Amino acid sequence: MSSIATQNLRLQYGERIIAENLNLIFDKSEIVSIIGPNGSGKSTLLKSLAKLLVPTGGAVYLDGKDLQNISMDNVARIISVLPQSAQAPGDMTVRDLVTYGRMPYQKMFSKLNDEDIKAIDMALKSTDMVKLQNNRMGNLSGGERQRAWLSMALAKEPQILLLDEPTTYLDIHHQLDLMELVVHLYKTMHIIVIMVMHDLNHAARYSHRLVAVKNGTVVADGSVAEVFRQDVLEPLYEIRAVVTTVKEGNYEYLACFPYAAV
Amino acid sequence: MEPRMEKDNRSTVRLGTLCLGLVLLIASLALAVAAGAVHISISDLYQAVTAPGKTENYRIIYTLRMPRAICAGLTGANLALSGCILQGILRNPLADPGIIGISAGAGLAAMALMLIAPSLTALVPFAAFVGAIFAAAVVFFLAWERGVNPLRLVLAGVAVAAFFGGGMTALSVFFSDKIQGTVSWMAGGFAGSSWQHVRMILPYSVLGIVGTLCYYRKLNALQLGDDVAKTLGVHTERTRGLLVALAALLAASAVSVAGLLGFVGLIIPHVMRLVVGSDFEALLPCSALFGAILVVIADVAARTLFSPVEVPVGIFMSFIGAPFFLYLLKRRMRHS
Repeated sequence: MSSIATQNLRLQYGERIIAENLNLIFDKSEIVSIIGPNGSGKSTLLKSLAKLLVPTGGAVYLDGKDLQNISMDNVARIISVLPQSAQAPGDMTVRDLVTYGRMPYQKMFSKLNDEDIKAIDMALKSTDMVKLQNNRMGNLSGGERQRAWLSMALAKEPQILLLDEPTTYLDIHHQLDLMELVVHLYKTMHIIVIMVMHDLNHAARYSHRLVAVKNGTVVADGSVAEVFRQDVLEPLYEIRAVVTTVKEGNYEYLACFPYAAV
Repeated sequence: MEPRMEKDNRSTVRLGTLCLGLVLLIASLALAVAAGAVHISISDLYQAVTAPGKTENYRIIYTLRMPRAICAGLTGANLALSGCILQGILRNPLADPGIIGISAGAGLAAMALMLIAPSLTALVPFAAFVGAIFAAAVVFFLAWERGVNPLRLVLAGVAVAAFFGGGMTALSVFFSDKIQGTVSWMAGGFAGSSWQHVRMILPYSVLGIVGTLCYYRKLNALQLGDDVAKTLGVHTERTRGLLVALAALLAASAVSVAGLLGFVGLIIPHVMRLVVGSDFEALLPCSALFGAILVVIADVAARTLFSPVEVPVGIFMSFIGAPFFLYLLKRRMRHS
């Protein structure tokens, strides 16, 4: 089981400080949603966890080692990222895209070995893309495309999966579809899933833990029950909101209804 | 909903295109040797290859037409690959060594060396390479804005190309007494290409072509965007720098032999992308092959169509290439 943690992390774009003093630990298999208003530094934090952004202070530790001292290939084998609005050439097939997930394992000229092919088939199967594997990326619907990218991320056989607003641009049906899939992956692969979420109710419904970020600092970090509360969400988004429980059959879901901006 | 299963027939298309390319390349090289003021039949050609030095036509074939055809082929392959790389790493369909100013940088450096130190002709490709790298650095610096902005890149390229073009004109004014030898070179063409030129361009071409073909996987990864490429373990900055250097090397070696031959690097990768798709594993070799074919045939046409006048092949390419560029520009504007 891998673990990833940040210590006094400071993140900057040029002179502008995006986030400071971030101390987070992710050390067990769980689904974590990072929530917070636009520009709070959620996506930037996710980038730094994936080694896409070099911290200007503090550090990210992967299994106790500074991420900056781990080679790109080794990071790539442990951490998978589904970036926001990633684009592939329209004529690329789904299977081709998923095959790229094996790049961190390949030498310059080596062919795919049995293990690679097994991982690719598994990734396609677990995202239900087997039937569409020879389809071109350009001919897929938004939901299918997102599943294809997710499949590629899984082909790396990661232990940590980072998703940046995975449901953006999807309709409600496909949003739910994708979230169910993420839960399914978490259950079958026992991985750490960290995702940036815009939809609060999805975040509450599908995660174990919520991290609330505002102005580049963590304002709340805990179980859904601890964070998904009126007194946390209202100041976080500067809104008025009601947090209630919706009962449907034997299940209860937490839900937040924002009704006014402050 | 019934899943829309698609078939994967690309490997057939790719193999077919490669084979067709090889056949066409051999045919076009044969045509290049056969066609001209002195007609040479296939049997003459066969004899010249099998029994060197025994026929009248051997001298024409061996000293004039063969090196010229080989130079044209290598130049075409190099330019097409260079364009292919640039379009890939910049994710910009308008990139081409001519349009973004790399060729002009190479041209100015090569011309300066030819005029100032004519005895060092063997170093022309190297000087051109230095010029090309310099031009690329300037253009990238001008076009940089959190990544390379496509439109700024084209504009910066036009400015840099104009600047270096002005430099070449200035050189031709200041060295008007020595300019004779470089006039046909400047127009872009293979008149006077000899084995010396083949020897000059060959090592650089081989280095460039082999280097490029080694990097197809990384080029493919870069097509998915920098963030995705990084998460696949690619050092994007380092890789991009190296690929720009390869593109500059290929363009520079082409420029040292053929002068400013534009648009090959634009047209060929585009057409090949339509045929074999955007996977560089197939795109690179196909582009190289068809780039060679295009330039060899264009050179034959330039030599023979208006005979006895020989039109520089560069002018020929501009007449095909400029409208194609405008077409792409227009289509792109409509898309965005």
